[in-house]
Amino acid sequence: MGYNFKGQDIAHDEEGYLTDLSSWNPELAEMIAKDEDIDMTDEHWEVVNFLRDYYDEYQIAPAIRVLTKALKKTMGPEKASNKYLYELFPYGPAKQACKIAGLPKPTGCV
Amino acid sequence: MDVQHPFSDTEEALPDPLEMPALCPGAMAESKPYKATDKMQEALGYPGELVENWKEVAIDKLGELLGKYRSLKVYLDSCVKCGACTDKCHYFLGTGDPKNMPVARQDLLRKVYRRHFTFAGKYAPWLVGAQDLTEEVLDDWYSYFHQCSQCRRCSVYCPYGIDTAEISMAAREIMDTIGVGQKYCNEIIGKVFTVGNNLGLPPKALKATLEDLEEEMEEETGLPIRMPLDEKGADILLVTPSADFFASPHMEGLMGYAKVFHASGISWTLSSHASEAANFGMFIGSYETMREVSLRIRKAAEDLGVKRIVIGECGHAWRVAYSFMNTLAGPFDFLDPNYPVPQHICEFTWDLIEKGELKFDKSLNDHMRLTFHDSCNVARASRMGDKPGGQFEIPRNIIKATCNHFYDMADDTIREKTFCCGGGGGLLSDEIMDIRKKGAQPRMRALAEVQENHGVTHMAAICAICKAQFSKVLPEYGFDREAIVSVHQLVSNAIILEGANGGDADDDDDDDNDE
Repeated sequence: MGYNFKGQDIAHDEEGYLTDLSSWNPELAEMIAKDEDIDMTDEHWEVVNFLRDYYDEYQIAPAIRVLTKALKKTMGPEKASNKYLYELFPYGPAKQACKIAGLPKPTGCV
Repeated sequence: MDVQHPFSDTEEALPDPLEMPALCPGAMAESKPYKATDKMQEALGYPGELVENWKEVAIDKLGELLGKYRSLKVYLDSCVKCGACTDKCHYFLGTGDPKNMPVARQDLLRKVYRRHFTFAGKYAPWLVGAQDLTEEVLDDWYSYFHQCSQCRRCSVYCPYGIDTAEISMAAREIMDTIGVGQKYCNEIIGKVFTVGNNLGLPPKALKATLEDLEEEMEEETGLPIRMPLDEKGADILLVTPSADFFASPHMEGLMGYAKVFHASGISWTLSSHASEAANFGMFIGSYETMREVSLRIRKAAEDLGVKRIVIGECGHAWRVAYSFMNTLAGPFDFLDPNYPVPQHICEFTWDLIEKGELKFDKSLNDHMRLTFHDSCNVARASRMGDKPGGQFEIPRNIIKATCNHFYDMADDTIREKTFCCGGGGGLLSDEIMDIRKKGAQPRMRALAEVQENHGVTHMAAICAICKAQFSKVLPEYGFDREAIVSVHQLVSNAIILEGANGGDADDDDDDDNDE
């Protein structure tokens, strides 16, 4: 299982999450997003970048509420909502955005 | 011809939640969750892949379980094929696949049991429906024992009380033992062993998340409402599902617990060692795993020197804690005997409400008209309070104390007859979304009825799995994604805290939930 990226085979798991987090790069993210029917806009990147920064620091993706709160500062209150995040990432901001950001899938009762 | 399509938008009268579907043999045969990798298996002490002599190992394991759990033998022996259970499973109602009739699911294991462990089955298998364990049978086991959420609704209707959940747990344990595990459960249990919770949330991230929430609650109320972590000497250790630290509406419930503790003045703490109430050991039928996870709670309670243990909103966690924790990790004689060991957060909150120690402005929940979804493990495998049926009444009492508009769903879909959300028992995994959606159908239909008849807009629950499952499937049935709320989210919205500024306690909800 892998993404065919510029002739390279980049391994992912059954659901498309990268198995080696260091194989991620922005172009690959665009490609993963396309597979998910998402065209990456600045807003999508805002979320993806925040997730990656947070992951760097904490080794896990942030809670949705933490994410919306952070976005309130950068994108303004009208866009800092669960609903807006679902508009950006229809399969759910946590799982789908993590996949595009090259992070592991959040597990558990979520 | 009444072929039923679970997701069709019918314009006509609302469909009956209990309507018998047309039979679709084999409809769900291909529904299979991802298998655990060798690493996930080995972390739990199981073989990494299907062992060579798997048939012998499986039969030996079945024999071991029959010797260990008398109940399993009774359940496998006592079915008289009366048919009372056939239309009681939400997965059957949602799919029409006859192998999702509880009796048929049981028979998948029963026929192998008969072949190897009964006289008639050994010598005249064709007379008694006995069958050898074959690859096809194992394939069916993997599909259909992962289409049972172990909710035990069927057992309520079985005249012998046969518990399909226990049969399903045994089958999963046998499969794990021969190297065929399920990824969702086993990966998660591995994270509990290494990190401490299902999410894999490390202590540093947990601390940061809690601080963030403290800040948010302080902005909202002007009060220093705390979410303490690893504080020695606190009176209460709160053990809650890690989803409460991550997802919505779970986290809104967590904020509710914190406000109740704040109002009570009783000191409390969370633990980074026992940062998970869920115990997936039960889903895979593993006593050893259940014990290991439970011992984490005991260790945290001892290390922190608490007097009481309170469990947050999590269905199967409450079953394990209420019914098994004392056996698994007791005795808890170091805790204060004046309180239940353990105590449910709803018992804790209701007790304070009864004593008049909590005040609410119910109008702050007036933008919602509520119903309550009884979570299967709380409803059918536990109790709350000191009266029978407390597990049904106490959550409802809390809702009624905090909201002006509450309406129950149809009688045969609530309380001990409640339907599973469709994602319980280790089935909350994305690759089996089809069975999750179909299994939610009876509950969604019951919800549609109260929406139609009483204008219900929101459904409250006290289980992390139910909350996550409904967030996913509600939109599939035409409801708002955020129509599912935590019971303590309602508490959080309406509670009047002494010294709070302005008192617009509804803010946190408005951000996300307003239509």
